[in-house]
Amino acid sequence: MPFELGGQTFTSRLILGTGGAANLHVLEQAIRASGTELVTVALRRVGTAPGSTGGLLELLDRCGVRLLPNTAGCHTATEAVKVARMARDAFDTDWVKLEVIGDERTLLPDGVELLRAAEELVSDGFTVLPYTSDDPVLARRLADVGCAAVMPAGSPIGSGLGIGNPHHIRLIRQGVDVPVILDAGIGTASDAALAMELGCDGVLLASAVTRAADPVAMATAMRYAVEAGRLAAQAGRIERRFHALASTPDEGRPEL
Amino acid sequence: MELTVNGAGRSVAAGASVADLVRDIVAQPRGVAVAVNGEVVPRTGWPARALRDGDRVEVLTAAQGG
Repeated sequence: MPFELGGQTFTSRLILGTGGAANLHVLEQAIRASGTELVTVALRRVGTAPGSTGGLLELLDRCGVRLLPNTAGCHTATEAVKVARMARDAFDTDWVKLEVIGDERTLLPDGVELLRAAEELVSDGFTVLPYTSDDPVLARRLADVGCAAVMPAGSPIGSGLGIGNPHHIRLIRQGVDVPVILDAGIGTASDAALAMELGCDGVLLASAVTRAADPVAMATAMRYAVEAGRLAAQAGRIERRFHALASTPDEGRPEL
Repeated sequence: MELTVNGAGRSVAAGASVADLVRDIVAQPRGVAVAVNGEVVPRTGWPARALRDGDRVEVLTAAQGG
């Protein structure tokens, strides 16, 4: 079933971040291998950060993906709203991955500033996809102010620790009507599959692919992991049992 | 006149607009956004927005980021 997000339809449920790739050639191969249709970009001073010396937008054009600008590095609602408006001007899109960081070591979001920025950007016509913590109440508040999705962290950005509190991810899924996208903390394919098995509608990841020893192979793994997790979630898993339940029948067993 | 552009000092001709400055800095303006003294200046307003001595200008573009 296609994935509806912000009024658009996607086939892939994997959103790829471009941060951390060693070079644009590897990034392009990884994007193609992942099958993603939505890719994040940041805004930085011209000619400074990786990618800002040119070629990134052309690469994303060639891949035929939609852009999702982020507000990475912002620490206040005021700053994030300005960056979102600059991104809209630069990239002709009103979609934004809203990040408002509250702590330097963990890069976890500042929920108060995040909610304030989300409210302002929604009222300004943005399609707001907020990077949030795994707090089910904050996620509900973000959905209530009109965010197009909520994107809880599995664990801190770039940590590769996977999903620290699977129960909260389930609670978030139950608590909002908008898509839930697991964002941050994915380390390997099983983490992405678990996110989907928990009921998430999509997965956003960057470092897990871009900083893998073989980014293209990991991008392929993530593509299948998201599909496998989604299929498994819909297939209805068996109950967990304390003891065994034989799969081979006792009937017809020979006496030897 | 003297500006601060992306954190560094830069001299530009008196009467230069934001559009003039952008043309000096990037080959093509696609994917570029500008703020002057912390306020976003939309692309459509670049030609009319005159720069003043001491302005702090941020000229941003797409970069890799998650």
